[in-house]
Amino acid sequence: MGSAISELPSRRTPLADAAETGLKIVIVGGFGVGKTTLVRSVSEIRPLNTEEVMTQAGVGVDETSGVAAKTTTTVAFDFGRISLNERMVLYLFGAPGQERFWFLWDRLFSGTLGAVVLVDTRRMDDSWYAIDRLEHHRTPFVVAVNRFDDDTAGYSLDEIRQALALPERVPLIDCDARLRQSGKDVLITLVDHLYELAMAQEMTP
Amino acid sequence: MRRPVDTGDPDRLYTVTGGRSRADDDFDLVTLVVSESEPTAGMQSEHARILDLCRHPTAVVEIAAELKLPITVVRILLGDLLAMGRITARHPRAAQSLASLPDSALLKEVLHGLRNL
Repeated sequence: MGSAISELPSRRTPLADAAETGLKIVIVGGFGVGKTTLVRSVSEIRPLNTEEVMTQAGVGVDETSGVAAKTTTTVAFDFGRISLNERMVLYLFGAPGQERFWFLWDRLFSGTLGAVVLVDTRRMDDSWYAIDRLEHHRTPFVVAVNRFDDDTAGYSLDEIRQALALPERVPLIDCDARLRQSGKDVLITLVDHLYELAMAQEMTP
Repeated sequence: MRRPVDTGDPDRLYTVTGGRSRADDDFDLVTLVVSESEPTAGMQSEHARILDLCRHPTAVVEIAAELKLPITVVRILLGDLLAMGRITARHPRAAQSLASLPDSALLKEVLHGLRNL
């Protein structure tokens, strides 16, 4: 510290000085489904990892006895970012779908534009819980099926929609999380969907 | 490959925040923080690092990742700096209510940005 060389080579590119509005989109899915891959394919920075601590009651760092209390657990998540223009920056969060994570939803992801549920057809059960929780939190979402190379079963989107009991109004698309264009398409599908919802709401007196 | 964040000894977190556990909830994950002054000698090292990082607007979550500290701890530190007038915070427009959609004009701008990537 205090060295003349303050700019480390690993330092990420800073945002524009005019940046003023941060936005959030959350990508939810089970372990190994490709959340980080999707974040990486569209992010302008190498995905970073951070975490939040919570007690069993989900109220942050332990109230009385410090963070060393046994009830403290941590939830880790990855994120990347996309500068949309000089003023707006979109943050993409890859979040684990497991139960303890949802205790933190309000604290971390209130105000989220919407969510992407990333599905692996070999482990479709993992997606049920995420879809249920997003509906509970009234967060609009789309479902993207990450087609892995060894996905030999080749379920059609209709079959997947049926298996997930997904209502028609929820967009469902195929993607390849490794490809930038495909990742972009997933995000555009989500924001298009949000736009339609917002327009419908604004038309309603 | 997931690499767990090393937050070190829990006691260290306790020390960093001076034993406080209540975070300033005003700081959203994507609130952009900007330094309003240079770090000064004798300042708590985490405060100094935040001021250093935030010469350009930096989101709360990026500060947490860079400092390898949990979000709650970073919120506490940012609350200190804000109270001292050493940072300003640019809060997200869309983070106010839980179940309401952002307006269509904002979404249109987002769409435009994504399509131009």
